[in-house]
Amino acid sequence: MAAADELAFHEFEEATNLLAETPDAATTSKSDQVTPQGHVAVAMGSSGSYGAEEEEEVEEEGGDKAALLQEKPQPGFWTFGYYQSFFDVDTWQVLDRIKGSLLPRPGHNFVRHRLRNRPDLYGPFWICATLAFVLAVTGNLTLVLAQRRDPSIHYSPQFHKVTVAGITIYCYAWLVPLALWGFLRWRKAVRERVGPYTFLETVCVYGYSLFVFIPTVVLWLIPVPWLQWMLGALALALSAAGLVFTLWPVVREDSRLAAAALLSTVVLLHTLLAMGCKLYFFQPLPPQQVAVPPHATALGVNTLLPATPARATATS
Amino acid sequence: MAEAAQSPGDPGTSPKPLFAGLSEIAISRDIPIEGEITIPVRSRIREFDNSTLNESVRNTIMRDLKSVGKKFMHVLYPRKSSTLLRDWDLWGPLILCVALALMLQRGSADNEKDGGPQFAEVFVIVWFGAVTITLNSKLLGGNISFFQSLCVLGYCILPLTVAMLICRLVLLAEQGPINFMVRLFVVIVMFAWSVIASTAFLADSQPPNRRALAVYPVFLFYFVISWMILTFTP
Repeated sequence: MAAADELAFHEFEEATNLLAETPDAATTSKSDQVTPQGHVAVAMGSSGSYGAEEEEEVEEEGGDKAALLQEKPQPGFWTFGYYQSFFDVDTWQVLDRIKGSLLPRPGHNFVRHRLRNRPDLYGPFWICATLAFVLAVTGNLTLVLAQRRDPSIHYSPQFHKVTVAGITIYCYAWLVPLALWGFLRWRKAVRERVGPYTFLETVCVYGYSLFVFIPTVVLWLIPVPWLQWMLGALALALSAAGLVFTLWPVVREDSRLAAAALLSTVVLLHTLLAMGCKLYFFQPLPPQQVAVPPHATALGVNTLLPATPARATATS
Repeated sequence: MAEAAQSPGDPGTSPKPLFAGLSEIAISRDIPIEGEITIPVRSRIREFDNSTLNESVRNTIMRDLKSVGKKFMHVLYPRKSSTLLRDWDLWGPLILCVALALMLQRGSADNEKDGGPQFAEVFVIVWFGAVTITLNSKLLGGNISFFQSLCVLGYCILPLTVAMLICRLVLLAEQGPINFMVRLFVVIVMFAWSVIASTAFLADSQPPNRRALAVYPVFLFYFVISWMILTFTP
């Protein structure tokens, strides 16, 4: 007769510990539903049946493989558990991914080394939210500081900037990865060895790459123009480098033209975002008021615009 | 009898039998085995009680107001109590949100584009912010119910509403850097109070290795509300 505690239910702690140590292993965790099949392809780099797997068909093919690899079938996208699998990260993992995005190294693929093919939605979502609010807050603070230097500027809390910032950042961080993912899948026929990233991994890469802009935006409060542009260039270089190093292994086998076009488009869009944010949120003087470029404010020249509208406040 | 089924096959390990002490208990018929199972959600006993149908409206309203007031006290002096979680209600958050949004209104003389947040914007930020934080905490694996979390987040806006009141009073005095420093100090203190109060209620429901991930959005939420309060100019 078996002992009572052998029949008792044991938590499978050993399995989760092993998984944490060797995350590249074919997973048996119930939370890792979406990624394993498609990323067996990427990790092994093998062609043939695995390489031909489509990520959308994971859910249908997952039925057979699920029986082998996992204990539970993958929950449908209408269930809460499906979305919970995208938030299956711990604090140290998020911090580790942020650190990885701040310091891109050539040859260290963000998806492979940091995400370990387990993307999460927590990072992209909250980094975008933080960046949107920080942009709005520091944009307003710049106005306040400009007003203290030059009291003729009329300050008012521009709350619509929060809306604009939010929409811009979220659209960038979600629509551009969608386009990139679509493009990479379209070109998949050219490549044989390395499968493309899933949509979530692309979103993850973009989301974490935006993190470097948060301290940059805060430092843009310092009203020294050359410092601002230098900081912006540095942040842009780090962020774009991270993106390029991540995308390089995927486009490497493509034709030179397509690879160059893709990478340069990615970098260009990133540059446009950075410059757009700088110019829109940190323009200290909106054109309806006394429109003076920031470096001329110190000279106190505020009569440049000949025809200001009637609501310009008292100028000196 | 209970021990025979659990005799260990290996005498060296000697695990303790599961029902070891059971044979010593003699269940007599004098011990009442009945009672009330309290469900740790909103207490429904009141609703089934006929007498509340006949009471006066004043009693009903006062009971609800007292409940809201009691929860306000729990927020102002955050202890490890489960009153907020057990008897959640959304009246308090609604009252606070409406009060905050009304106080954040400025005169309509200004151009709309250049103004502070409109009533609808404050409402949207508070409620959708609370819903987003709740969803985030549930997705991370927290075991708090949806409305309990909304209740806690809404009630913990109370310190910031008090800060808004104080700021409005301070702004009646003459403007200047001292005015701003006073307002800044008050808002910072109330912001810290809000974050600490909500963390005291919410942090226990998260798995320990994800607590920071669940608390950070709360911090961001109250930071945005504090910023709206601080930048308010009449």
